[in-house]
Amino acid sequence: MSEYIASNPAESSSTEESVTPTGITGASILLDHVTKRFPGQARPAVDGLTMEIPAGKIVMLVGPSGCGKTTTLKMINRLIEPTEGRIVVDGDDVTDMNGDTLRRGIGYVIQAGGLFPHMTVATNIGIVPKMLGWDKARIAARVDELLELVSLDPALYRDRYPKELSGGQQQRVGVARALAADPPVLLMDEPFGAVDPITRLRLQDELINIQEELQKTIVCVTHDFDEAVKLGDWIAIFNEGAQLVQYDTPERILGDPANEFVENFIGSGAGLKQLTLTRVAEVSLSDAVVGKPGERAADVLARVVETGHGHAVIVDERRRPIQWLSARQLGRLEVISDVPDPKLPLVGKRATLNDALDTMLVSSAGAALVTGRRDMFKGVIDVQTVMDAITRSQSAAVLESDQAPVGLNTGLFQAQVSAAEADLIETDPSGADARSVQ
Amino acid sequence: MLDFLGDQYEQILFSSWQHFSLVVQCLILATVIAVVLASLVYRSSALTGIANSVSAIGLTIPSFAFIGLLIAPLGFGVLPAVVVVAFFATLPILRNAVVGLSGIAPSIVESARGIGMSRFRTLLQVELPIAWPIILTGVRVSAQMVMGVAAIAAYSLGPGLGGFIFSGLSRLGGANSLESVLTGVIGVVVLALILDLLLVGLGRLTTPRGIRV
Repeated sequence: MSEYIASNPAESSSTEESVTPTGITGASILLDHVTKRFPGQARPAVDGLTMEIPAGKIVMLVGPSGCGKTTTLKMINRLIEPTEGRIVVDGDDVTDMNGDTLRRGIGYVIQAGGLFPHMTVATNIGIVPKMLGWDKARIAARVDELLELVSLDPALYRDRYPKELSGGQQQRVGVARALAADPPVLLMDEPFGAVDPITRLRLQDELINIQEELQKTIVCVTHDFDEAVKLGDWIAIFNEGAQLVQYDTPERILGDPANEFVENFIGSGAGLKQLTLTRVAEVSLSDAVVGKPGERAADVLARVVETGHGHAVIVDERRRPIQWLSARQLGRLEVISDVPDPKLPLVGKRATLNDALDTMLVSSAGAALVTGRRDMFKGVIDVQTVMDAITRSQSAAVLESDQAPVGLNTGLFQAQVSAAEADLIETDPSGADARSVQ
Repeated sequence: MLDFLGDQYEQILFSSWQHFSLVVQCLILATVIAVVLASLVYRSSALTGIANSVSAIGLTIPSFAFIGLLIAPLGFGVLPAVVVVAFFATLPILRNAVVGLSGIAPSIVESARGIGMSRFRTLLQVELPIAWPIILTGVRVSAQMVMGVAAIAAYSLGPGLGGFIFSGLSRLGGANSLESVLTGVIGVVVLALILDLLLVGLGRLTTPRGIRV
């Protein structure tokens, strides 16, 4: 297995310092032929799993309940000791080091946060730094910094107890506690399973934002495939015995599922789910004719005709869109008013293409106005842009698969590879090493 | 009665103090023993069962017989009194400590281990503080119970208010005998109330707001 470590020496050395040119603060992880047998169980919970987790990426472990995904996760920080195999974090074999020391260097988040009810929010967050021997002032500063990071006002929440927080807030504090000592790796076990759907979406968005900033290596267990698609850079789909069925990007799993099991797991609407993979900010927006209130409508109409657009966007003095007028509407107006239209189809640039398409369909305009920071007008997105983006992401996915991390099972089940599947892999060289065969 | 109190008040105050002190010291000893025992057994269901049986059966032993039996090996005086009082005080605390420790949500223990707390640190910083209100309830039950047990311990010539009761009973009908018994009994009840109030105060001070009910 040493070639996996040796193949990316630059990566592992750059992750030792928290500030790197690439901004990646995560560490790579390698599970090397890891097996876990629980006493009294005939079949191993995890069977000969080899899996590479690239630095600075979010890897989602998904699968039906009891498939061994949580066991796999807990073997990374050795909450569950592997029966066989090695765990390598950042190039260092951690299989035999002191488990508590290892875990202090790895963030851990569980469902509902797992906060200690007898400690305040600040004490909860500061507990790992305290074990690591930080002084009080440094811990206090770090606690406030982290509360800001997870969008909780430090002055308001620092001295509260967990029971005085909502479920979503507890989960945020749980994430803050896991990040307290700035660990390179964050393990999350169904982190958003205990909150309502609306809060879950918001927490997922926040996690994406936090990850953009910090670029940790995040390994996250979930049974919600949509969550995996939304959060994951890579998705590992497991079947019973932690058999890796497919380990690939969300794009490729949706576009090219390895077998029927994966197809069933994805469920219906794979095409629509692809729309959630791209954000409005990532596609090229069309320009629009921009007018201001108080301008003569005829002047704006002239510009609309000149550029060949059918519409003009009216923005206020802070460039926030207030109206969207067609050429015909402009022809009927004398002077452009400053009354905002409440029914404008607006999407933020952080919204997914799925959201954008939804807005377009609801507004029946076939297009939507995109706003950026402080609701300033950025451009127009239309159905054609969405279609182009999907086509592009599908073709890009094929290229990306060359960099897919290694993931395979070498346990007993290896012998049961059917000839048909073996053939499939031979004829598909681009994905051969990216996917496991079970 | 008032004459008796007037004549004897120094002796009464001294004995009350002795009684109170015996109970408090034995309670502290019992709490330590019970928490250590509970910490050793609570993770095994078999050992937990044994601990619960011991604390249930132990409470059925008549304290008067127990102290009588202890006089032979330990002699008269303070030692048998301490042994008996501490023994009976340990039982309810042990039971509550086991219940409190095994009632903690596994997710809390898992997250403590997951962020790198050792087994011992988890027990000390997470499990015992969370179980503390339940343990303290056991201490209060014990305190009430061993106030009476401590009076009986006077049979072995141990310290405390039991002396008034035994000397009164032994010469019942004689001068001041009833007063003597009443002084002992009422003194024990008053001490029990005072100690309970103190323990409630201790609970207030030592239970964090986050786990107060």
